[in-house]
Amino acid sequence: MTFQEFIFWFFATVLVFAALRVITARNPVHAALFLVLAFCTSAGIWIQLEAEFLGIALILVYVGAVMVLFLFVVMMLDINLTRLREGFWSYLPVGAVVALLLVVEMALVLAGPWFGLAEAPRPEPAPEGYSNTKELGRLLYTDYVYPFELAAVILLVAIVAAIALTLRRRKHGKYIDPAQQVSVRREDRVRMVSMPAEKKEGGS
Amino acid sequence: MSISLSHYLVLGAILFAISVVGIFLNRKNIIVLLMAIELMLLAVNLNFIAFSHFLGDTAGQVFVFFILTVAAAESAIGLAILVVLFRNLRTIHVEDINQMKG
Repeated sequence: MTFQEFIFWFFATVLVFAALRVITARNPVHAALFLVLAFCTSAGIWIQLEAEFLGIALILVYVGAVMVLFLFVVMMLDINLTRLREGFWSYLPVGAVVALLLVVEMALVLAGPWFGLAEAPRPEPAPEGYSNTKELGRLLYTDYVYPFELAAVILLVAIVAAIALTLRRRKHGKYIDPAQQVSVRREDRVRMVSMPAEKKEGGS
Repeated sequence: MSISLSHYLVLGAILFAISVVGIFLNRKNIIVLLMAIELMLLAVNLNFIAFSHFLGDTAGQVFVFFILTVAAAESAIGLAILVVLFRNLRTIHVEDINQMKG
């Protein structure tokens, strides 16, 4: 067994184990942590497939941002764990059967001799000086520049939507509209009262 | 037996099937449902990258890049909806979320 094969089998085992724990963990925090493990492991597999930029991006963006967001939300919500587990075991048989069928069907097609996928030659390692990041960047900013900008718009919409959904105005906040403050006139604040002058009382 | 394209594709298939089961099993738990969807997208990405490597076409990696973008946006909005839901109803139990009678 070469080192490459060892890496693949080891990472695949860890990945499947982590995925199984994600869906069976009793505590959502544990599920989120096992999802982090699954992301890190598949980043390893991606790097083995010479997709270095995406492997690193998966760890930085997914583990660093999205999973931390998940953990924040899971820990912020006060969840009744026992109610969430209702019907877990009753769905297991049908779920297992469907999953087994899925895997067998896909393996029949993908691992069978029909498409020659098993015989597809492993490409030569990239030549020295080849940069996966540079190549991806070149593609993104030339051939895929329009989809790239659309992706930017999607992210912007996501930012706006997430903020608009979760922003709330406090009921008893002491917030003052700056426009109102600026446009205030003298008459609103100062009231001139004309009253007769008081007479001086007794000698003083 | 060296590692071929089928190995990666079957690994992706297993990952995908596991997350389908996850959606079956955790029908009551929206958070784990979201995580199962993330896992599904991961399986798809693995397929894309395996094909991209073995066919020598970088376009697959560009597609994975876009999938990552959309998935990040999706989970951010999903979690924001979850937080708003919890704030209003004090629960995220699926069966308590029946106000729209959908």
